[in-house]
Amino acid sequence: MSADRRRFLISCSVLAFAPALGHAQQNPQREALLRELSRGAPVRVGRVVVDTPTLADNGHSVPLRIAVDSPMTAADHVRRITILAERNPRPVVASYSLGPHSGRAEIATRIRVADIQDVIAVAECSDGSFWMGSAHVIVTELACLEG
Amino acid sequence: MLARIQVPAQARRGDIIVIRIAIQHPMETGYRPDNFGRRIAKNVINTLTCRYNGIEVFRAEMGSGVSANPQLQFHVRADSSGEFVFDWVDDSGQRGNERAPIAVTG
Repeated sequence: MSADRRRFLISCSVLAFAPALGHAQQNPQREALLRELSRGAPVRVGRVVVDTPTLADNGHSVPLRIAVDSPMTAADHVRRITILAERNPRPVVASYSLGPHSGRAEIATRIRVADIQDVIAVAECSDGSFWMGSAHVIVTELACLEG
Repeated sequence: MLARIQVPAQARRGDIIVIRIAIQHPMETGYRPDNFGRRIAKNVINTLTCRYNGIEVFRAEMGSGVSANPQLQFHVRADSSGEFVFDWVDDSGQRGNERAPIAVTG
């Protein structure tokens, strides 16, 4: 095997894995949004489940359910859940304040989704930690872009 | 503003109840033009609070990304009989409120 051919094959294999690498690395816009939301604290992936249909035929009203794994006691509860849709004109969709009175850290609503994107939910816990989960939403009729 | 709020009339102490809210509101994004091509000003219900016997147990801060006629579902732990009071306000300053009693047994 020639050196050229070897180099070619190596670059091919790198290219094949490039999308996977790109997915693991967050994009700068998302990083900035998360950093602003957590005031610089790290946002870890986990504990938050975003439940939404993968294929939403109407971007104006996409059902969304967010559940956070938390005992919701006075000592350990979710303070806030924020929904982010980074490709919407205003990425911060809504923010909900909860507490030990909630009993269960779960909310459901309907949102506008402007483009095919990952809808992200960030949970702020009473110990100051931040957790996130996301769901990829494909919309066939986009919201916000008419006119 | 027309609203429909579902709160169970009865619950047992310690039960986690589901509260469902639906409010009639256009939730104008500020990006939509009217028939003359002028932009319709952004007007969304920006804040909604739920108080249970005077204590705030839930608050929603919403933007233009929330669908028209917003629907919302959340949970509250029932610990005593009393009243739920819901208040909301939109960008134009229009307010709405609704009350729902609950009887807690056990």
